[in-house]
Amino acid sequence: MSQNKNRFMNWLNGESDTFSDSMEMKPQKEYEEEESTVRERMRERQQIYDRVYDVNGNKELIFLRMFYRVMAVVFCVLFVSLLIVTVSWLPPTGSEDNPVNNEVSKRYIEQGMEETGAVNIVSGMILTYRAFDTFGETNVLFIATCCVMILLMIDDAALKKQQVDNDRRYEPKNDVILQKIAFVLCPVIFIFGIYIVLNGQISPGGGFSGGAVIGAGLILYVSAFGFKKASRFFNELIYKIAKITALCMYGLIGTYFYITGANGIENHIPLGIPGHILSGGIILPINICVGLEVACTMYAFYALFRKGGF
Amino acid sequence: MNLFEILLFLFLILCAVSVSFSKNLLNSILIYMSFSLVMSIIWLCLESPDLAITEAAVGAGVTSILFFVTLKKIRAMKEERKDESK
Repeated sequence: MSQNKNRFMNWLNGESDTFSDSMEMKPQKEYEEEESTVRERMRERQQIYDRVYDVNGNKELIFLRMFYRVMAVVFCVLFVSLLIVTVSWLPPTGSEDNPVNNEVSKRYIEQGMEETGAVNIVSGMILTYRAFDTFGETNVLFIATCCVMILLMIDDAALKKQQVDNDRRYEPKNDVILQKIAFVLCPVIFIFGIYIVLNGQISPGGGFSGGAVIGAGLILYVSAFGFKKASRFFNELIYKIAKITALCMYGLIGTYFYITGANGIENHIPLGIPGHILSGGIILPINICVGLEVACTMYAFYALFRKGGF
Repeated sequence: MNLFEILLFLFLILCAVSVSFSKNLLNSILIYMSFSLVMSIIWLCLESPDLAITEAAVGAGVTSILFFVTLKKIRAMKEERKDESK
């Protein structure tokens, strides 16, 4: 029994072949195809290829190709004529009877500054009268980043390291020209972005433009100095905190404003003097929230595209 | 409409047509970038400076960079790679 077991174990480990003496073994021979079979096989294969890829002889294919071309031209002509007809029905630019010139825009222009405390009418309009729409847009940005994260985020540590190595393979690690220019430009870009965000109610701009400028500055910094240096002041934790705090703050401010401020009910957010930096009631905090959100989104897109993480 | 704006609009149309005719994807992105830059100047001429800022930052900056990174991801920048391997 023990010998049997030993033999079995030996066979299992590949040390000895149990059948080596007891069985007649025929040495294996490499399979060689005969010349005629090879030719036959190749001929059949060629026949199939010819039938499938016969582009010029296949009548169905020729018809379909012609059909596609004709339909493409017809569709383009139809689409262009539809657009031209639509444009011809539009009201003339700058006419007083246009449907745009109704009581809504009149009120925005005449009483906008008084009611919102913002010199910049556009900012006052989209962040107070239509703050709810802008909240939806900010949510769209949030959802877009979530989708990119689902698609591109890499959780596996080894894969992530490989991705990081791959990322920097085809480019110089320390480009002196880029670094020097970024050294001068980045602070200017950041300050300009912050200026646009904070001055949203006074001068042209606002949360979205300023946030985009700050995001572009962050991307310039990262491409010049690498992710390692950028992660000292902007990592995943800070990203999460900033993004979610901004969105929640916006939601809270907007909700408070809509619950208390609608229909002339007294709300406790002072409007300030139009033209001062602390004016415009809820416009300034909402601008800061939108700016943070947009800057985070831009940077997150770039980081996720580059290496699948922060 | 003065001469400057007409020139800008002509350049815009030229860019839009040449993007679709360019074979190299890198060239397409560069043309798209210049399209956005010209568009931002046109926004400024049309008296909407806030849109001009956004167009310059998003259109010419972030979107093009994302396109570049995507090209790199799908290994579409062939000529650059050849130079590196030499």
